[in-house]
Amino acid sequence: MNKINKLWIGIGILILLSPLGVLIPRWFGSQGAWGEWGLNEIEKVAGFVPEGMKRLAESWKAPLADYGLPNQSSGLASESFGYFITAIIGVAFTAGLMYLVAKVLGRRNGEK
Amino acid sequence: MHIPDGYLGPVTYGTMFAMTIPFWAAASWKLNKTLKTKQAPYLALGAAFSFVIMMFNIPIIGGTSGHATGATLIAILLGPWASIISVSVALIIQALLFGDGGITAIGANCFNMAVIGGLAGYGIYRLIALGSDIKSTRRWVAGAIAAYISLNVSALITAIQFGIQPVLEKTPTGQPLYSPFPLSVAVPAMALEHLFLFGIVEAMVTALVIRYFQKNDPEMLGKSIRSQENTLRKEQRKQHE
Repeated sequence: MNKINKLWIGIGILILLSPLGVLIPRWFGSQGAWGEWGLNEIEKVAGFVPEGMKRLAESWKAPLADYGLPNQSSGLASESFGYFITAIIGVAFTAGLMYLVAKVLGRRNGEK
Repeated sequence: MHIPDGYLGPVTYGTMFAMTIPFWAAASWKLNKTLKTKQAPYLALGAAFSFVIMMFNIPIIGGTSGHATGATLIAILLGPWASIISVSVALIIQALLFGDGGITAIGANCFNMAVIGGLAGYGIYRLIALGSDIKSTRRWVAGAIAAYISLNVSALITAIQFGIQPVLEKTPTGQPLYSPFPLSVAVPAMALEHLFLFGIVEAMVTALVIRYFQKNDPEMLGKSIRSQENTLRKEQRKQHE
């Protein structure tokens, strides 16, 4: 098999396993990363919501926020499923954009 | 380590954009000179790897969680400039589509993870691995050490950006406007979790993938260092002439 296809299988396996990225932290009772709290959580952590943060926090409405699907129901099963689907979408967009950028950057040197 | 919108004030996020753009420009210029279009699939693969590996949140029991970035690994395989661009692409997609990392913080996040991970990681790897056999133990140990140190540098720099906010940006009454945590809170919190867990995970991922290539496709490991050695030799020859 072509070398690069073999490596894509590796990415595919990681995508299949990606729900572990939701499940394992949940099993160990751990939260998100330090310094990545949302507005509700920051109030618990810091005791108040800083004013500037309130203004900036909603600067952007991500279509698939927190690696979840639109109107996703709560619960581990649907969150894991949403995580898995967004892993596919994310890998596709990331690889696609990088491929285009690399094609543009490499055009000078062509196929040499 | 993905700083969300609202944690950094305009002074900091503006500065971080100003610091990151020259690295994006330098990386693009470098790739424009050296990259061949047939290598594009490898960069796409590298960016995809960085994206998906960041989804594997590793928990601290009852505490926070974190993840590897793959930046040093990609720098070892594809070179530091390709790593800066591909990890940046992953981070930008994460911010735009998934709200992981803020839009205003794209400059900061790309600097902290992509630029530091790529350049510091690659520099340390090269320092330790240069001259060693491609299949040697020294190669993967070098990769592990480079990944460990560079992720910890990334975490420290991120923590400093958080920690200077209460000093830089406050209301007339002295209330913090953005990240409310001082350096004395942010630095230990981020440094410890990366020193004792996430750095080790990054080192393990890096070492495992290098071991895979040593066994199955050693040529991939020759590329970035060998080209450096060749340019070094050419320069030396030029000096002799």
